[in-house]
Amino acid sequence: MVKEELSTENRPDNTAFTQQRLPAWQPILSAGIIIPGFVLIGLAFIGIGVALLVTSQSIQVMEIDYTGVDQGSPCFKCTDSTVSNCKCEIEFTIDKLFEGPVFFYYGLSNYFQNYRKYGASKDASQLSGDLDYFTSPATECDPYIKDNNDKPIVPCGSIANSMFNDSFVLSRLINGAKEVVPLDGKGISWWTDYNVKYRNPSITPLKNAFNGTVKPINWPRPAYELDTSDPANNGFINQDFLVWMRRAALPNFRKLYRRITEGNYADGLPAGDYSLEITYNYPVLSFDGRKKVVFSNVSWMGGKNEFLGIAYLVIGSLCVIMSIVMLIVYAKFKFPDED
Amino acid sequence: MTRESRDTEITKAAGAGATAAVRGRKKRKNKENKTRTVRANTLLNDHPNPHYANNKIKTTKYTLLSFLPKNLFEQFHRFANVYFVFIALLNFVPVVNAFQPELALAPVVFILSVTAIKDLWEDYRRHRSDTEINHMDCLVYSSMERRYVEKYWKEVQVGDFIRLRCNEILPADVLLLSSSDPDRLCHIETATLDGETNLKQRQVVRSFLDLDCEFDPFKYHSVIECEKPNNDLNRFRGYIVHRSGRRDVLCKENLLLRGCTIRNTEEAVGIVIYAGHETKAMLNNNGPRYKRSKLERQMNVDVFWCVIILLVICSFAAVGHGLWMFQYGDKRPVFDVLSPQGTNLSPIMSAIYLFLTLIIVFQVLIPISLFVSIEIVKICQVYLIHQDMDLYDEETDSHLQCRALNITEDLGQMQYIFSDKTGTLTENKMVFRRCTVAGVEYSHDANARRLAMYQEMDSEEEECMSHGGTLPRRESVTSHQSARVVLRSQSTKSHRRTGSRAEAKRASILSKHTAFSSPMEKDITPDPQLLYKVNECSSQMDFMRFHSQPMSQLSSDLSDIIDFFIALTICNTVVVSSPNQPRHKVRMRFELKSPVKTIEDFIKRFTPSRLTSGSNSSSSSSLITNRSSNKGCSSLLSSPSAESTLTKLHEEQSSHLEPTFSPVPPCYDGKASWNLEEGELRYEAESPDEAALVYAARAYKCSLVGRLPDQVTVELPHLGKLSFELLHTLGFDSTRKRMSVVVKHPLTDQITVYTKGADSVIMDLLKPLDTGKRQKKIICRTQNYLNLYAADGLRTLCIAKKILSKEEYACWLQCHLEAETAIQGREELLFQSALRLETNLQLLGATGVEDRLQDGVPETVAALRRAGLQIWVLTGDKQETAVNIAYACKLLDPEEEMLTLNADSQEACALLLEESLHYIQAKFLCSSADQAAKAFHTNFVPCEINSSSSLSSHNTSPFLVHRLGLVIDGRTLAYALDKTLEDKFLEVARSCRSVLCCRSTPLQKSMVVKLVRNKLKVMTLAIGDGANDVSMIQVADVGVGISGQEGMQAVMASDFALPRFRYLQKLLLVHGHWCYSRLANMILYFFYKNAMFVALLFWYQFYCGFSGSAMIDQWYLIFFNLMFSAFPQLVTGTLDKDVSAETLQRLPQLYVNGQNSEEYKPYMFWMNMIDAFYQSLVCFFIPYFAYADSDVDLFTWGTPITTLALFTILLHLGIETKTWTWMNWLSIIFSITLFFTVALCYNASCPTCFSPSNPYWTMQRQLQEPLFYLLCLITPVTALLPRPFGVQMCNNYYNGTN
Repeated sequence: MVKEELSTENRPDNTAFTQQRLPAWQPILSAGIIIPGFVLIGLAFIGIGVALLVTSQSIQVMEIDYTGVDQGSPCFKCTDSTVSNCKCEIEFTIDKLFEGPVFFYYGLSNYFQNYRKYGASKDASQLSGDLDYFTSPATECDPYIKDNNDKPIVPCGSIANSMFNDSFVLSRLINGAKEVVPLDGKGISWWTDYNVKYRNPSITPLKNAFNGTVKPINWPRPAYELDTSDPANNGFINQDFLVWMRRAALPNFRKLYRRITEGNYADGLPAGDYSLEITYNYPVLSFDGRKKVVFSNVSWMGGKNEFLGIAYLVIGSLCVIMSIVMLIVYAKFKFPDED
Repeated sequence: MTRESRDTEITKAAGAGATAAVRGRKKRKNKENKTRTVRANTLLNDHPNPHYANNKIKTTKYTLLSFLPKNLFEQFHRFANVYFVFIALLNFVPVVNAFQPELALAPVVFILSVTAIKDLWEDYRRHRSDTEINHMDCLVYSSMERRYVEKYWKEVQVGDFIRLRCNEILPADVLLLSSSDPDRLCHIETATLDGETNLKQRQVVRSFLDLDCEFDPFKYHSVIECEKPNNDLNRFRGYIVHRSGRRDVLCKENLLLRGCTIRNTEEAVGIVIYAGHETKAMLNNNGPRYKRSKLERQMNVDVFWCVIILLVICSFAAVGHGLWMFQYGDKRPVFDVLSPQGTNLSPIMSAIYLFLTLIIVFQVLIPISLFVSIEIVKICQVYLIHQDMDLYDEETDSHLQCRALNITEDLGQMQYIFSDKTGTLTENKMVFRRCTVAGVEYSHDANARRLAMYQEMDSEEEECMSHGGTLPRRESVTSHQSARVVLRSQSTKSHRRTGSRAEAKRASILSKHTAFSSPMEKDITPDPQLLYKVNECSSQMDFMRFHSQPMSQLSSDLSDIIDFFIALTICNTVVVSSPNQPRHKVRMRFELKSPVKTIEDFIKRFTPSRLTSGSNSSSSSSLITNRSSNKGCSSLLSSPSAESTLTKLHEEQSSHLEPTFSPVPPCYDGKASWNLEEGELRYEAESPDEAALVYAARAYKCSLVGRLPDQVTVELPHLGKLSFELLHTLGFDSTRKRMSVVVKHPLTDQITVYTKGADSVIMDLLKPLDTGKRQKKIICRTQNYLNLYAADGLRTLCIAKKILSKEEYACWLQCHLEAETAIQGREELLFQSALRLETNLQLLGATGVEDRLQDGVPETVAALRRAGLQIWVLTGDKQETAVNIAYACKLLDPEEEMLTLNADSQEACALLLEESLHYIQAKFLCSSADQAAKAFHTNFVPCEINSSSSLSSHNTSPFLVHRLGLVIDGRTLAYALDKTLEDKFLEVARSCRSVLCCRSTPLQKSMVVKLVRNKLKVMTLAIGDGANDVSMIQVADVGVGISGQEGMQAVMASDFALPRFRYLQKLLLVHGHWCYSRLANMILYFFYKNAMFVALLFWYQFYCGFSGSAMIDQWYLIFFNLMFSAFPQLVTGTLDKDVSAETLQRLPQLYVNGQNSEEYKPYMFWMNMIDAFYQSLVCFFIPYFAYADSDVDLFTWGTPITTLALFTILLHLGIETKTWTWMNWLSIIFSITLFFTVALCYNASCPTCFSPSNPYWTMQRQLQEPLFYLLCLITPVTALLPRPFGVQMCNNYYNGTN
């Protein structure tokens, strides 16, 4: 017995794996598979593309630039940085019913929220309400950690400091009279941001938590007074603050400002003349930026975007064209006599 | 052996006081640095040899404490690791950091720890085997207890006395002081050291020879002085200095090496000289070799390119950043962040900082995991090659060994094969075919018929087996390397149980390994004419001896015949072992006399008054020495009855032994029983040639029945057993190409030298031709027959003798002993001494031994050649033999022309080369144009390669290979390899289809390989089995050793060891191709993958002010390569088969693929880079436009891009994968699952951590978005669309041109 084992001691295992004979599927990219495959993919894509395009067409978007670059534009007066508390008003007309719910965005161009150092300049622990970080914010916030009097800045960092602070009042002009369109500022940020990620310190009143700290340099009011109308919408869980803190991916971006879902405007903005009163605070011209407001409604696939539909159509058609080309080439070489 | 010599040495040492004093001074000077002194541990109470290593071995590299620093230190020898650590450390610098510093350390720590764990595991295994070995038992003399006690090996010290029993393994290098063997011999098997399975004799140190009783360590008071530990297994020099001041020489015959096994000796005692790591076995132990493969060299070039690309894109982005900063001038935008000090960085400074940051961000471009992945894949490949059943040799139970772990893919790129002939192409199993004696040829036709029948039988047997299915299992074969003791006796039992043919085959298989004794080799059918002459001759001699007539009356023809056979029988180093116990030496001594000790003794003994020596005339009066018991000294049984019992024993055995399978009756005269009885003695020879000749002689009843160091016993017909006193043996060596024995002929009482050697050498050493007409005729005729034999492909040996007068011998002996004892230049002196003895020889005859081709050699050669491999054979054999074998294995084609280069001088050689070159050009100029045109057409189609001529290799070489063979002999080769001629030689040689170098020395072999490798820049493979191939194996890109009959030196030096030559076909054509194409594709894929991923980040720089920002979360960035996309490529790299094994073997032309590096050409790297850039553009810009002008945040946008990239990369691999096994599916599914699992867990784990990305709940939200899925659908399709389209178009194109 022992002998028997000895004699075949070195014999390899005869298994499918060791002998490299595992059952295998060999996809052969032959014309018979490729061409029909391309046709199928192409047709499917064309179908999706059409659906996307149709959906996208149904979305209404209206953009209004209010930077005030042109001398004639209403907000030109506010571009002078010496003027403070500047207000300007833009009037515009909606031709047909702007179907609701209408989303009211503000948009910035040439604004690099994705700048690397800018992105790191915040203190997540502080923003989650950890009082330890109120007194000594993380070094990432540098140089917005402390003010000249060595008092810690809360919320610290560049992102918070540069928070967008224009505000808008939308009115409908009915026979020369202004009817203010109610704007819904709740729930415009991520649920998780509002409920999990950002927390106010559990101290009431909230103001006391900020004792010994100073507001960010650029802010007119401290964090606990961000929303004077709604005491619950203050501190780190202020909706506008949350929206701002979620950095945009690209230098041209829009951020949700309000939703129009209430009162007479629940179904959308009826056709007519509107006036937008802008409290113009945020300077963008120094870096050649632009500001705009955007009204848009959304579909299941998000905002208006015709690109994806077109892309699907193009790729789908390309597949079909390729398959035809391949078929021709294939046929030409396969049956050269018939040529 | 050289006992006399040592006698004189001693007398000289004692007598010549003056010289000894001089020498002694010299030695004292050398003592500190050149010698070691060993005293017995019994002499002093404390240990007298404290500064020598003890026997504890430790082959581990690390200890628990030293592991971390030492391992890290070793790993940092690899430049890539240093680079990655540098980058990780860069992250700790705040101005430039890109990731969380701790996280950035993760990949490099991972890579380092994978390697560290691998090293640790290997080290642990070494540690375990060390412990096992260290705790083996052996008997060590304890001076306290005054007896031998069991101790662990590790407790053995230098200077200890060790008692060894039969079948024990030696724990250390031991000087043999006593043996239970009556001849004071000890037999060892050195299989673990050199793989040679024959027994070797070792002798007790001379001064202890006369010890009558058991060795008592307490009486030992000598001091040993010997050389420092070294790794030369075949050398040991030293002195033993006795208390009396007498000094004895020690040589390698006295030393038992660690790892060897004691055989055939009941008990031996020795003193430990070298222990533990200082033993020769351990010093010879060197680990696997590390070579860098061609593919890896190529890859490193592209890694270098990656570095360049990295630097370029980093500089580009840095300049971009500088400009971006510059455009704002002094007006800082709100999103700009001042430096920590609150100061403004100038654009230039921030560009410089950014450059460093980007190097961190883009570091993935240098594939950190590539090196580890390649290592893993190679280990898997090695494992799979190891496991291949087709490369497993049932007969020897050995499989392919990959000794070099990292050049598997080189196997797929070979262009030249340099092969040894003997043992590589042939079996190295020598079968006596024919001989010529005194100018008369004996053709041995019956023997030829018999051999033919074996061949037939073999093939029938194979058919039989393939039909029958299962092969009967062999009962016992021991492995070469294992150091365990195997009961050898059992193997013979099965050998005797003969019956069916299968059994016979089995027996032959079995004996192939344990000894040289298959029936084919043993049962030589004698030539009737020669047999008659032998009988007649010996009966005449018997008659003459009976009548006290001088032997010289015998006719010279007849005396030549008997001398010829005596030479065959005794001029060798064959050890005789008894039939039932193959490892037990036959113990027969016909005369017990004390060995010659001094010159005086020698002269006294050789006085003419002693007409016949001792009682050696007839068998009845011979004495048989038998060892009756272990204890006490040898006892003599000197009665006829003892002999008869022995004979009876033999008869009993032979009654069990039915003649195995003998197609022809083994005997022609009626003495069949005689032949059988003695025929079962087994011969153990160091070289198969020797055994073949001994068996041949036995067929003529001249059997070797016993060999002792000072005596050889031969049984001759009519004359009975004769014992020849062995005065001297001059062993075989490759420079002399001959061996000689000096014996005292018992019948004529003359001192006779028998020499056996290569014909070219012997012919030059013969007596000058004018000595006699008869001799002249014999030489002339023999030379003719030798040529004839060589033409038949037989190996030829010449046998010659010489009779010395006493005076001549004494004179020579004097010189020889001086040479033997010389310390400086001993080898050279011994060579000169041998030369003095081996001159003026008288030619007796010549033998032709057949060395059969191995199975499947012609087919393998043909297949390899069709694969575009150039095969050169480099052999030490003579030209005719080599040419013949070359024809037999289809290396040369009878239809093609053969160029033969034989030149006597440098000038002649130059002229010859010039002529051949002209000839080739003239002859093939017109036809080559023709062929080139044909090649142009055929090479367009990848599959169709003209197989008859090796056009396939044209792609690489501008030369055309003609149907031409080149044969060159060693002498001409030496001229041709000269600096001035080598180019010309190469030019001629490369245009020939096959090249044959005969009579080449090992050095020439390696020079040829080196020349071809360096000058032609081709991949070379050298294959060989013997020590003479080692240098060539080491020089070649890939060295292959055949684990055959000639020991393990070639295997030890090789990268791959094969059991048979024919396995080379599958190794190269299948495994080589696979390994190459797998690795090549994997490396390209790696470059593509990393470039594609990094390019995504690069495009983003245009949208983030070149600020080094990344939309892909740092976790994904770091683990993408390491985890998410790592497994599928490993599986594909290990298992993918672009072409099935069957197709690869059927169409060897496919091998050209690898030779021309077609899977991995430099342009392919750039193609992959372009593809990667295209794909990354798609993967970047489709999401870019899809999310343009939306309120998407950075990482919500980055997450789909990561996912898309992963899908694209995996699908890309899917398209590249040729065969899908469940493991491929599993790995891809696993990768995707892993990515989503990690992403979901990561995104749900900590809302405040992972600054700056804080990707809390991002993935979860994305999974709810239809847009995410829409992107996942279109992007990979768009990215990969060109591939199948392109492939299909190419296919169509190829099909069309076909």
